[in-house]
Formats: sequence, C-alpha cells, structure tokens
Amino acid sequence: MKNKHDWNLKSKHILVIMVLVCVSLMLLTFAAKFPANPVRQVAGFAIVPFQNGLNKVGTALDGLTSGFRSKNELVKENKKLQAKVDELTTENSRLTQSITELDRLQKLYQLDQQYSEYDKVAAEIIAKNSGNWYSTFTINRGSEDGILVDQNVIAGSGLVGIVTEVGKHWATVRSIIDDTSNVSAMTVSTSANCIVSGDLRLIDEGKLQFIHLKDDDDKIQEGEKIVTSSVSEKFLKGILIGYVSEIQEDPNNLTKTGTLTPAVDFQHLQEVLVILERKQTKEAE
Amino acid sequence: MRMQRKFVLLLLILSCFILQGTVLKTLAIGSISPNLILILVISFGFMCGKNTGLWMGFWCGLILDLLGAELIGFYALVYMIIGFSAGCCCKLFYDDELRVPMVVTAAGDLIYGGLVYGMQFLLRGRTDFLYYMIRIIIPEMIYTVLLTVVMYKIFLKIHNKLTEQEMKERDSIWLRK
Repeated sequence: MKNKHDWNLKSKHILVIMVLVCVSLMLLTFAAKFPANPVRQVAGFAIVPFQNGLNKVGTALDGLTSGFRSKNELVKENKKLQAKVDELTTENSRLTQSITELDRLQKLYQLDQQYSEYDKVAAEIIAKNSGNWYSTFTINRGSEDGILVDQNVIAGSGLVGIVTEVGKHWATVRSIIDDTSNVSAMTVSTSANCIVSGDLRLIDEGKLQFIHLKDDDDKIQEGEKIVTSSVSEKFLKGILIGYVSEIQEDPNNLTKTGTLTPAVDFQHLQEVLVILERKQTKEAE
Repeated sequence: MRMQRKFVLLLLILSCFILQGTVLKTLAIGSISPNLILILVISFGFMCGKNTGLWMGFWCGLILDLLGAELIGFYALVYMIIGFSAGCCCKLFYDDELRVPMVVTAAGDLIYGGLVYGMQFLLRGRTDFLYYMIRIIIPEMIYTVLLTVVMYKIFLKIHNKLTEQEMKERDSIWLRK
C-alpha cells in the first residue's frame, strides 16, 4: 500500500517538474536566448526525408489512378482536343501578328517584366502544418539550394508567403493566409499603403483581410490590384497579392478596410517558387 | 526489455508525425484533418498509465514545437497534460472496450483545441470563440474520434505484443535464477 502511494507521488512530481521545464523553455524562447535552431535542425533532419519520400509516393499514386481512365472518355476527349487544336491554330496565327505590336507597346509603357528579374528556385510542398490552426508548410529546398530566412515565396502570379525557417534540405514557409501573417501592401492605382493580414475565419471563403487603407477620394473600387508595398521590410516591392473584393469605410472615417481575393489558389498549391533575393540584402547593397 | 518498448514507441511517434503532415492532410475534409498525434498520446497514456502518457505527450509535443512552432515548450506542455490526464483514466482500461478511449480522446481534443485557441488566438485579440469552436474544434474532435476507432485497435495490438514479450523475458530471467 505504501509502495503504491509513493508511485502516485512520484508521477505527480514528474508532472510538476516537466511543467516547470516546459514553462521555462517557453520563457527562454520568448526571450530569444535559447539556441533553438540547432535542435530544430535535428528534428527536421529526422522527419523531412520521410515526408519527402511519402510525398513522392503520393504523387506517383496520383499519376497511376489517372491512368485508369476509361477508353471512351479518352476518345471523347481526343475529339474535343482536336477541335480545340483547330481553333487554336487559327488563333495562333492571329496572335503572332499582334505580338510585334505588343512588344512595341510594352516598350512604350515601360512595363517591366514583373518579377522575372529575380533569381528563383522551384520547390515542392512536401508537408503542411500538422494542426488545423495554422497555414504553414514545408518545402523540399533548403540552405543547400540557397534558401535563406525571409525570402519571398511566390506561385504563378502572386505572393504565397515568406520563409520562416531553413534546414539543409527543407524550409518552412508561412503563407499570407496564415492567421499570424501581416504584409505591408499598397494599391496599384493610388499607391496608398495598407496592411494585408490573414484571418482563419476568411480562409473558407478563400479571402484575405486588408486594413488601414487610406482612400480619401473613394478611388479604390472592387477589382483593384493590391501589391506588396515599397515600404515593407521583408517583402520585395510590387509582387501581386490579390484583388479587392469588398471595401468599406472604417468607423473613424479616415481609413478603409475590406477583403481581397488572393491571386494564388492556396487550396491546390503544390509547387512554389522562392525568390532568392532578399529585401534587406538588396537595401544593404 | 524497457529498451525495446522505448524503441517501438519512438518509431510510432516518428511515423505518426510523418503521416500527420502528409497523408492525413490529403484526407482532410473541409480543410480539417484529424489529430493522429493526439490519438497516439492518449491511447498510450490510457493503456500504460500516467508516466508513459506524460513522457509520450512531452516528446510528441516537443517534436511539434521543434518542427515550426514559435514558442518552444507550448505544445510539449499541452500534450503532456493531456497524456497525463489520459493516464489517470488508466484504471478504466479494459482490453476490447472502445467507448472509454473514444470519450477520453474527445475530451482530450476539446482540451487541446481550447488551449490552442486560448493561448494563441484569444491573446492576439481573436475573440470570436464560437466561430472557432464550430469551424475547427468540434469538427476536428469528431474526425479525431472517428479515427480513434481504427487507430486505437492498432495501438492496442502493439501494446499487447510488447507486454507479452516483456512478460516472457521477465519470466525467463526469473526461471534462470
């Protein structure tokens, strides 16, 4: 009987000690004195290779199942495609004519080739945040491929997020729809600054929130392009974030808030591009 | 004999982590995926008692922290408390009874959701608790409980195998003396 009592006391003691350990760990990381990075590297080293492999198996299986489509469907599709080819050839000949015109006009408008000037690295998403609360993901490129913390991540035409952690062959990216994400942005037509922040409640609608937009002359309409701002500390200037879908005046009558539709489809994101240039290094040069 | 159990548990933890970030994310319904790590911690806490639950929770939480949480130690604390509480229900443990672990998992997931919301969302001024409750905490709980039905049986089998082997080894040592 006495023995059993001791046992209970012991596990209680362990609990108290470990709670203290956890709390002190939290305090230490909060004060940023605990060298967490090497430990994180070890954890990533143990788990990421497997995630990478599993992901490859997943994509292979995906390809396999799509090969099982019935013959009828393929024949139908072939007919459809043939029709499309005819359509496209005529369109192509028409378009080649207008390309020269476009070139001329582009020079006229000095429309720089949006972000093609930056060096980029393509990466695949191999795992997502394990919980349901955050929208971070792991990609299969790391410091060996030249990736550093605070590099911007894009996909297609729009901003996806920012690199928050880097291992040798992996990196963690926080997407702009994450609840803790805030991006300094501006409108294209009026160059008015605003803050684009992710909100878990808007993820279902596939939207983002923007706040503190100054628009005294009511010039901003729905569909207005929002890009990253030149005053942002970490985001390169002029990367497309999305289009305004709703806008309304704040109670203070000075600024406006609203929602915007991101240019990237975050639900079906698989490959991303990491811009190797960082804002801060650019400024330093 | 203890080493073997520790090794198997470590393997289980790692495989659960790998599955959680990849396979379970593709099984997500409405962008909600079940919490396999929580099932692991609660199952073993429930089957083996407070100490195992506590340590399983601590290590699982610590790995979660290291894999990308801002604050190291938060998930370790949350999972440790849940594992320990599951261990307190160890007296209710019967072999083929599924209802109790389901109820324990449901309660554990509610605690988990509540703590994550309270510590990381409420403190940032996201006060719309009802929305988060209905959109994330409850669906996650239901999905996790459903997955428990499958996973608990697998974990139970592993646990029984390990216990059997340990018994055998202990007997053989005893006989040798």
